[in-house]
Amino acid sequence: MESILSPSDLGAITLTLKLASVTTLLLLLIGTPIAWWLARTTSLWRGPVSALVALPLVLPPTVLGFYLLVSLGPNGPLGQLTQALGLGLLPFTFAGLVVGSVLYSMPFVIQPLQNAFSVIGEGPLEAAATLRASPLDRFFTVVLPLARPGFLTAIILGFAHTVGEFGVVLMIGGNIPDETRVISVQIYDHVEALEYTQAHWLSAGMLLFSFLVLLLLYSFNPAKPPR
Amino acid sequence: MKILKHLPFLLLLPTLFGQPIRLLADDIQVAVAANFSAPMELIATEFEKATSHRALLTFGSTGKFYTQIQHGAPFEILLAADARTPEKLVAEGAALADSRFTYAIGRLVLWSLNPDLVDAQGAILAEGGFKHLAIASPRLAPYGAAAIETLTRLGLLEMVRSRFVQGENISQTYQFVASGNAELGFVAKSQVYTAGKLNKGSGWLVPAELHNPIRQDAVLLNRGKDNPAAASLMKYLTSDSARAVIEAYGYALPPVSPR
Repeated sequence: MESILSPSDLGAITLTLKLASVTTLLLLLIGTPIAWWLARTTSLWRGPVSALVALPLVLPPTVLGFYLLVSLGPNGPLGQLTQALGLGLLPFTFAGLVVGSVLYSMPFVIQPLQNAFSVIGEGPLEAAATLRASPLDRFFTVVLPLARPGFLTAIILGFAHTVGEFGVVLMIGGNIPDETRVISVQIYDHVEALEYTQAHWLSAGMLLFSFLVLLLLYSFNPAKPPR
Repeated sequence: MKILKHLPFLLLLPTLFGQPIRLLADDIQVAVAANFSAPMELIATEFEKATSHRALLTFGSTGKFYTQIQHGAPFEILLAADARTPEKLVAEGAALADSRFTYAIGRLVLWSLNPDLVDAQGAILAEGGFKHLAIASPRLAPYGAAAIETLTRLGLLEMVRSRFVQGENISQTYQFVASGNAELGFVAKSQVYTAGKLNKGSGWLVPAELHNPIRQDAVLLNRGKDNPAAASLMKYLTSDSARAVIEAYGYALPPVSPR
């Protein structure tokens, strides 16, 4: 293995997996309530919130990265907030990448959850309510099991999409080993430095990984025959 | 209603008027090193006024251009950030050997947005008091390599290495400093000097003897060899008016005229 992947390549792989795991976990915590609300609300805010959540799907990552760099900087509103909170500045840190990735991968987690929640509908919840299940109880014993395919999709897509992130990291990362130098940036560096062999190994690894992840996804969610 | 029937033809009219000029004028695809973007835009405008040829500029890192040219990118001229890449392209037969010349010599500036941070001698590097020092990637960008050479000569490399944040090219490095995210960084003089003066913040013009000269070479690529407009732009780059622009943006010029 050592001869193929350098220690700095391995560092990039570890860091990427760590970033994707932390991001996915955070997105599940933040995304579940948002998806639940979006699936059930009739509020006028539903449209604007859905649009906001879906923005990263259409925005070039450079736009997101550029605004993050400016707004998280010492003269930006978010940068002043994080400094006032004693968190320091986020660009060039792992925490900064997590913030960027959470925004960037948000639709990939929220949309599958929202779909799963919508499909459940009112029936099972009302049935559970007549059995005197509390709202929290209903969520954990009825909604979660029924929405399990949605959660699997959300986890897989959120994780995989974060692994494939490039533009945002490039803009706010600063290419620091073991802190912000993820696989995609490492590949870019190898290509730019004309180190095609190393670039090939990492790129082939990414290709294989992405295929396996999608294979997993589609095997878990096979097209259901109509009942 | 009647005019609507002729609308398609009306829309074509302007192209008829444009035609006589366009027949004589050619487009030239030029790959330009990121640090040279501002002066080149100006030079291209003046060039178009003088010759009616249009230079289509693409900005980026020299390493990326090299890869793209190797793989058939349609560039006709490369204005590189170094001397090595044009040399390599000539050696590989992708560019014309006798067309190569140094169009500018870059200078490095240690720069900060904070007007009080960087002193006139660059002593801040040894004193510390900063969290991030932005440099261009030394593997990819000549300005990054020059920054490393400078720090090595000053004996400070090991001391500041842990505070490096790296831009992929000199534009991104500038962005890191200009947004205040890195307190200071090594950028190109052309990015922060206007008319011989720093345009904002504080800076130390790194003495030229602290690093190898950042020779930026231009070369005519194979794709441009039969385009007279490309040859004419190469020549224009050595003209007095182009040289004046290049100098005004903080570059040094090679002592003798290359041609």
